[in-house]
Amino acid sequence: MLNRYPLWKNLLILFVLLIGALYASPNLYPEDYAVQLSGNRDIHQVDQPLMDTVTSALKREGLVYKEVELTSKSGLIRFADGEAQLKAKQIISSVLGDNYVVALNLAPTTPEWLESIGAGPMKLGLDLRGGVHFLLEVDMATAVAQRLDVYVSEIKVKLRQDKLRYRSVTHREDGSLEVKFADAATRDKAQSLIRKDYTEFLLQTEDTDKGNFLIVTLTEQTTRSIEDYAIKQNLTTLRNRVNELGVAEPLVQRQGRNRIVVQLPGVQDAAAAKRIIGKTANLEFRLEAKPDASRGLTDTYEFRNEPGRRGVLEKDIIITGSSVSNAQSTFDENGQPQVSITLDSKGGQLMGRTTRNAIKRRMAVLFVEHKARTLIETVDGEQVERRVPYVEKKIISLATIQSVLGSSFRITGLDGGGESSELALLLRAGALAAPVYFVEERTVGPSLGAENIAQGVTSVQIGFALVLIFMLAIYRVFGLLANIALCINLVLLVAVMSLLSATLTLPGIAGIVLTVGMAVDANVLIFARIKEELKNGLPPQSAISAGFDRAFTTIFDANITTLIAAVILFSMGTGPVKGFAITLSVGIVTSMFTAILVTRALVNLTYGNRQLKSLSI
Amino acid sequence: MSGNIKVYNFMGLRKLATIFSLLLLLVSIGSLATRGLNLGLDFTGGSLVELGYEKEANLNDIRSQLNAAGFEGAVVQTFGAPTDILIRLGSDHDPKLGDKVLAALQQDGGQNIELRRNEFVGAQVGEELREQGGLGMLLALFMIMLYVAFRFQFKFSVGAVVALGHDVLIVVGFFSLFQIEFDLTVLAAVLAVIGYSLNDTIVVADRIRENFRKLRKETSMEIMNISLSQTLSRTLITSITTLLVLVALAMFGGEMIHGFAIALLVGVTVGTYSSIYVAANALIMMGICKEDLIPPPKDDQEAVDELP
Repeated sequence: MLNRYPLWKNLLILFVLLIGALYASPNLYPEDYAVQLSGNRDIHQVDQPLMDTVTSALKREGLVYKEVELTSKSGLIRFADGEAQLKAKQIISSVLGDNYVVALNLAPTTPEWLESIGAGPMKLGLDLRGGVHFLLEVDMATAVAQRLDVYVSEIKVKLRQDKLRYRSVTHREDGSLEVKFADAATRDKAQSLIRKDYTEFLLQTEDTDKGNFLIVTLTEQTTRSIEDYAIKQNLTTLRNRVNELGVAEPLVQRQGRNRIVVQLPGVQDAAAAKRIIGKTANLEFRLEAKPDASRGLTDTYEFRNEPGRRGVLEKDIIITGSSVSNAQSTFDENGQPQVSITLDSKGGQLMGRTTRNAIKRRMAVLFVEHKARTLIETVDGEQVERRVPYVEKKIISLATIQSVLGSSFRITGLDGGGESSELALLLRAGALAAPVYFVEERTVGPSLGAENIAQGVTSVQIGFALVLIFMLAIYRVFGLLANIALCINLVLLVAVMSLLSATLTLPGIAGIVLTVGMAVDANVLIFARIKEELKNGLPPQSAISAGFDRAFTTIFDANITTLIAAVILFSMGTGPVKGFAITLSVGIVTSMFTAILVTRALVNLTYGNRQLKSLSI
Repeated sequence: MSGNIKVYNFMGLRKLATIFSLLLLLVSIGSLATRGLNLGLDFTGGSLVELGYEKEANLNDIRSQLNAAGFEGAVVQTFGAPTDILIRLGSDHDPKLGDKVLAALQQDGGQNIELRRNEFVGAQVGEELREQGGLGMLLALFMIMLYVAFRFQFKFSVGAVVALGHDVLIVVGFFSLFQIEFDLTVLAAVLAVIGYSLNDTIVVADRIRENFRKLRKETSMEIMNISLSQTLSRTLITSITTLLVLVALAMFGGEMIHGFAIALLVGVTVGTYSSIYVAANALIMMGICKEDLIPPPKDDQEAVDELP
């Protein structure tokens, strides 16, 4: 008998190999150090004149750049090395100022024809590229409490409108509200009124000697939707903030029920990034209370920059930071930092209406920050960390209203240029719906990343070489064929990883090394079978055929079970471990293809067409 | 067909192997119970700072400098190279911790220090990862047991899981005994060991099944020996290639991946041994016989008749 693959099968294998080589090839092109420019508002577009300004500034400073690209939304300038890139960023930032985001980037140099078919290099994980990884936890209890505050005022208004007299509406420790009435009849009326209008409440009555109560609890579903809303809102805000930070290819993603992952490749100053990302700062605009105002209608706050000085403000808020549509940090005529604010139309109307009747009175800008203290408590003999959130509100400025304020005005009284630009950034990006806490942080320096890549590549090369030599020594011609298949396997693995735009991490490289070691297993199984069949007296061609056929089920079973382990690893793993699970799974699939089909094709081409007396195996 | 291959009497050593395995397990469990695992930052929570010095750094100097700067209870050790220093702190989270440590150490102005890595993991995240890791391992074992029971037979799946549990316990025990840091990448390696060891066990099981169906006269014990002998060269060659790349990884892959490589080196070695002795041994102990593996006669007529 002869072992031959039909032509279509050989062509199919060749086709897969060519496609694999094509999609793996972008990884051969080294990345360029680049600076990326984008406008932070729609009105600040990156266009040709702007790029000309930038490039002429670079030329003035004697900086050499490789190439300038302009797309519909952003511009990219490539440099020969990291040093030029860093210098260029400083120059460009100072030329363009606040209205544009200038970010460091590593730009792929994939040729256009490859890009047009969707090919690109593998992404590098933070452990290989350097950068910052944050895991944030959204404070759901506060999110729900904030919503409850809104309900408190709504319920009060509703009861007042219907002339149902209540004594008080207060929060309970378990997260429900209690409304106190003078008698049961009023309470029952209120209950049916509220039941009609709010499906999101569970209502219970309670009669004690202290009074007649209506207990309002949020349904589980409502709590869930509040939480979902808080997460989504926070994701949006965080994305805005990260974009404002000017990071190329950032990642902001929900993880689990109440966590958000933020990854900023290439960012080194973790503390600065953190200050901006985690800040739950907001602004409130309030009028100063009149001297004769009753104490129930006022709040007293400290000044932010003058500890000890206090101001008495009205409880009513004119607008909050969420009405701000744009904010810019600038300097006034005396060189003092200030923030120019533009309000949306509704905010502008509210501001106009309030200030019209308050000329010559003073208006305060309150800086609102959600913070948390960490307390260490001992519960059941174990040390437990507990975070106690609190809100800090301080007055930034208290200034006399000279004329009716419209939709744009300025805030002064800030500490320094840094603070004003940070405040402007936070106002532009929006406030977080609920406070967030950092529960995990990882920063990897760029030199460590480069070292990790170098060591990873070295170990892949050495491991690979050892396996090739070993296989050649043991199986000779068949070993050579298996080695060719192994090389092809590596190319396919890289191709699939690139196609999936999977992220390569250090454990991922370890996964590749492991795959190289284990990929030959299928070939070893097949070759061992062929040897056995030869010993059993089968002629060479039949032995080859029987070897491949009999080994197949074994290979299949063995690989499926490894795949199960890899998939579980993927579903429970985070970051780097996921990278390992991906390379392992992809490696299993590609190695089955190469070890079975490619090796068979090679064996057929080498031995299949002639009568054999013996095999070199 | 077995006549052409030298049959080794593997099962003759099965009592000895059982004692050896029990001994290893006892040491592992004993060490886990008394010494526990040296859990890494991923699982315990805390802060870690990695610094790169220009010249060899003096650990005692660093410790006293840190103490003077108020970082008490800091663990200072070298990381791979004598110029590479790892500092672990259990302290609260402070975003500027890395910079502060750097500033404290740079005060004597001797040499340039580079901040290579700065990590913080909250205590709760660490605890969750511990739970998740354990759960993931159990889930993997369960799913694999299910698949093997479905593809082979129940006794095989018990044998496979016994072998896997054996390997995992010994690898984890090894980390406990030598107090090597157990972090997330090591956990990934342990799961990879599950995959690898299983691969080996399945190959052997596959041959055992085939031989039970083919060879009519031999006893169970003889069939085990024949099957193990037939697969021996494959088992060894695959193990050697895998060990070769792992040695390369352990020697050249750098410090961050060292634990991973060690876990796999131990795991692959134990996995090779267990696929020969543990799985087959467990099958013998459960009294595997031909009837377990002969496919049930397909008699459709009868099945239809039984229906009411």
